[in-house]
Amino acid sequence: MTTSAVLQVEGLVKRFAAADETITALDHVSFDVAQGEVLSVIGPSGCGKSTVFNIIGGLTDADEGRVVVEGQTVSGPHPAIGMVFQEESTFPWRTVVENIAFPLEIAGKEKDERVARAREYLALVGLQGFERHYPAELSGGMRQRVAIARTLASRPKILLMDEPFAALDEQTRFLLGDKVLQIQQKLAQTTLLVTHNIAEAVQLSDRVVVMTYRPGRVKRVVAIDLPRPRTSEVVGSVAFQAFVAEIWNDLREEASRGMLDAEAHSRRAT
Amino acid sequence: MNTPRDTATAWAPIALGLATLVGVFAAVEAMIRIGWINAFIVPLPSAVLLSFERIIVEEGVLKRFLFTAAEALAAGTLVAVVGISTGVLLYRRQILRLACENWVAALAAAPLVLIYPLFLVIFGRNAVTIVMIGFLSGLPPAILKTVEGLSGTRRTLIDVGRSFNLSPSQQFRKILFPAALPTIFVGLRLGLMFALINIVGVEFLINFGGLGQFVNELAERYDLPAMYAAIFFVILVSVGFFVLTERIERWLGRTR
Repeated sequence: MTTSAVLQVEGLVKRFAAADETITALDHVSFDVAQGEVLSVIGPSGCGKSTVFNIIGGLTDADEGRVVVEGQTVSGPHPAIGMVFQEESTFPWRTVVENIAFPLEIAGKEKDERVARAREYLALVGLQGFERHYPAELSGGMRQRVAIARTLASRPKILLMDEPFAALDEQTRFLLGDKVLQIQQKLAQTTLLVTHNIAEAVQLSDRVVVMTYRPGRVKRVVAIDLPRPRTSEVVGSVAFQAFVAEIWNDLREEASRGMLDAEAHSRRAT
Repeated sequence: MNTPRDTATAWAPIALGLATLVGVFAAVEAMIRIGWINAFIVPLPSAVLLSFERIIVEEGVLKRFLFTAAEALAAGTLVAVVGISTGVLLYRRQILRLACENWVAALAAAPLVLIYPLFLVIFGRNAVTIVMIGFLSGLPPAILKTVEGLSGTRRTLIDVGRSFNLSPSQQFRKILFPAALPTIFVGLRLGLMFALINIVGVEFLINFGGLGQFVNELAERYDLPAMYAAIFFVILVSVGFFVLTERIERWLGRTR
């Protein structure tokens, strides 16, 4: 990890109008991501993780604060940021190779170049032989790899992922985590991962930003100094377990608040 | 490469379908000959089969088939162009959608064929009246399904487009329209079906044009075998348009 910040998130505030009140989803959230670093933002449901994702990706505006990429304040989607979504996001009417080539098509690249580069990223995510398949013919994990390859094909400086493995089973999660680690190692890809999964955050990250329950604030930043190159085998190590326990200790209180809040909301609704 | 087993699996449903059809015809033939079904209401399937040559050679059914097919094609083209464009407009303009969607839905359920006298007054007793009734009948499903398809596009797919900084036109061409295409084609097929039913119905009612008029003539002559054979040609028009829309959908699927 180098020390130069490629992404700076400064004092983000986001409020939402509810039926009879204004909810502050984010309250002066700040952190930065260094070149080549993998940083995870973790927190309980309702802490504003996805709002952070949407603001950094330019899909939502912040009420206060700003997002800076390589010294430039960004407003709206930025070509330096590539997004991978939690939900299934491949285009069902396109083959795997056409899906991956999509950003290159938008950029106006020639067909030969598009296909060649798509094949390169297809190989990177380990899907050789599936070029002509449609997403419906692939498993959930394979489709998510296609989505990651599609985003990487646009060669973003920052890969922004919102719980990309949330819909997958745990074993597939660990294996896809391995794949992300390999890609990160090969491309030195700066990555910002939004997740609620502690093991996933520890397995993949150099640092973990722990957020509070509503309003979302940065509670603590935990540096994960597990050795790299890393694989999913790291989950068996004592150090890994210690990091998981440490983050859970930070999160437990927040998750409990979230649960109590949800219960109170349900009681009011009935 | 297809194995013999694959080929057999592919042909089995077709063979079963044909065998069922032959079985049903044989059963109807037997029931008519036994006297369980009145031969003055339902003709013998074998007589219907034999009347095909007569209606092709002597009655010029192919010309009438082409006439109805041309009317259906004209109405179908209008349904596709106007229906999809209107659907896109209603999707884009929320206020128009709120104002019109229920009216369009009501139009879909209305027996539009009953307004043919008005169209006769406006356009006269000619093919334009028939095409316009067909067009109007097929329009509501095309509009409604276009709106449904575009509105049903998953939020994540739209966000993917936004994350790649697509222009509104690219967002429509590359994401919204392809995502909505299967639903739009459901609307087009329904629209074409409604259009064809009404085209043949109006031809029958105003005794003008292609197969509808022909069925009317044969019914008046009480030539039941030939009438049923003519109805087969109406089904053929429907099948033809179904195959055509399927081909267009597949082609658009490859090019989008």
